[in-house]
Amino acid sequence: MKQEIIMAGFGGQGVMSIGRLLAYAGMKESKEVSWMPSYGPEMRGGTANCTVIVSDEKIPAPVSSHPDTAIVMNLPSQDKFAPKVKKDGHLLVNSSLIEKEVERDDINIIKIPANTIADELGNTRVANMVMLGAYIAAVDIVSLDTVKDSLTNVLPERRHNLIPMNEEALDRGYNLV
Amino acid sequence: MSEKKLMKGNEVVGEAAIRAGCRYFFGYPITPQNDIPAYMSRRLPEVDGVFLQAESEVAASNMVYGAAGAGARVLTSSSSPGISLKAEGISYIAGAELPAVIVNIMRSGPGLGGIQPSQADYFQATKGMAHGDFRLLVLAPSTVQELADLTYLAFDLADKYRNPVMVLGDGMLGQMMEPVEFKEMRDLDELPKKEWATDGAKGREKNVINSLGLVAENLEKHNLKLKAKYDQMREEEVRYDDYKMDDAELAIVAYGTTARIATSAIDRARKEGYKVGLIRPITLFPYPENRIAEAADQVDEFLAVEMSTGQMVEDVKLAVNGKKPVEFYGRTGGVVPSTDEIYDKIVAMRGDK
Repeated sequence: MKQEIIMAGFGGQGVMSIGRLLAYAGMKESKEVSWMPSYGPEMRGGTANCTVIVSDEKIPAPVSSHPDTAIVMNLPSQDKFAPKVKKDGHLLVNSSLIEKEVERDDINIIKIPANTIADELGNTRVANMVMLGAYIAAVDIVSLDTVKDSLTNVLPERRHNLIPMNEEALDRGYNLV
Repeated sequence: MSEKKLMKGNEVVGEAAIRAGCRYFFGYPITPQNDIPAYMSRRLPEVDGVFLQAESEVAASNMVYGAAGAGARVLTSSSSPGISLKAEGISYIAGAELPAVIVNIMRSGPGLGGIQPSQADYFQATKGMAHGDFRLLVLAPSTVQELADLTYLAFDLADKYRNPVMVLGDGMLGQMMEPVEFKEMRDLDELPKKEWATDGAKGREKNVINSLGLVAENLEKHNLKLKAKYDQMREEEVRYDDYKMDDAELAIVAYGTTARIATSAIDRARKEGYKVGLIRPITLFPYPENRIAEAADQVDEFLAVEMSTGQMVEDVKLAVNGKKPVEFYGRTGGVVPSTDEIYDKIVAMRGDK
């Protein structure tokens, strides 16, 4: 099995972090993984994104023209990446911030009110974890437990007090799908 | 080997260098390689090493000259425009026959250019780094693991030949994360002794490190001695990797991250029945010219793919020596070629066959 995932959002929405978390979890499950960030000069209000590939086999290109899944946290990201998702692939939409509909009926569109759920948990910044939880429920690529186990590896030590909240956010997203 | 870590290519350069026995880093910041000095500034003090941010790239490369002359394993890193500035020092280091490792995480040019990935410094790295009749040994990793392994190896090769070695990556490789396992930490006392180093002449004949040679006949001798080293590299250090070449009718030649994208295109083309393979040079100097010449007797045609307007393709043509057609596909300016584009080029070349 091979999954190419693009995660995109505003700078600060934590798309790089959930990318690293997913890659780390894949590595823990002895899969081949790669994490490729966009690092170009982005406009303020534009999108930051990363491409994560999790595979049973060696990964050739670390970038993808047609990802299996796109996780979009804001509208510019949806506009940019929704058209690129492979047929029968998944599009996970942060419906708290994106109202616009995607005009495609050949992909599986999953709407997650990620910011709303994160706010309920007490911190908007875990909206990214809600999205990642939903993703691993939709696509069986790594287990939820491994993702949770990887939080200690990916979050800096000073943020380890936030692990329970991140775990809850992952659960909430996971249980939505 | 240690446990697997998920690390950024740039940081991996730093850790691999330290494990190879490097205790000195001199550099100057530039994107997209900044994680290398950042990592070294944190990590070198932990192993009693020295990290120094110089006042300029020229200064940094001359600090490397000094440290290498004193017998230390020393690293500098930069991205394209910064390497151009370091070129003067690199020529002196090569002239004085000193071992040093230089990492270039290429960005687009010319001039100040951009910060996105590129392979447009191929000519510079392999043929025209700076003035004078010298060569660098050039290693071109394509994965983060290979970046670790080749950085580690670079220090041994630099010592073996008393010559600067360049690790040539691009912004993509520097910025991406992949799992990596490091080789063991070298014991500094076990490293080969450098009898030629200027590390204090008490009790022995003094050593001289110099790149000045005003007597033409003597300097010619020196140049021929250097050439003999480069010839030895050609004999002993050529490294490359073949992928699905056994029955290939079209051979793609690509290095670094571009080779990985080409591999994806090859996998797709193979599913459609196109007999395509890849020769991936790992050493860019010495170049695997014999492997390519040999392939010219097997395949119908070649395709060089690069992130440039066509640099390495010239070495492919030299090796093929007119036996078979050599085509080129490249994107440049920081644009990374896509799997689709390379696939389309394969189909355009092989479609009617």
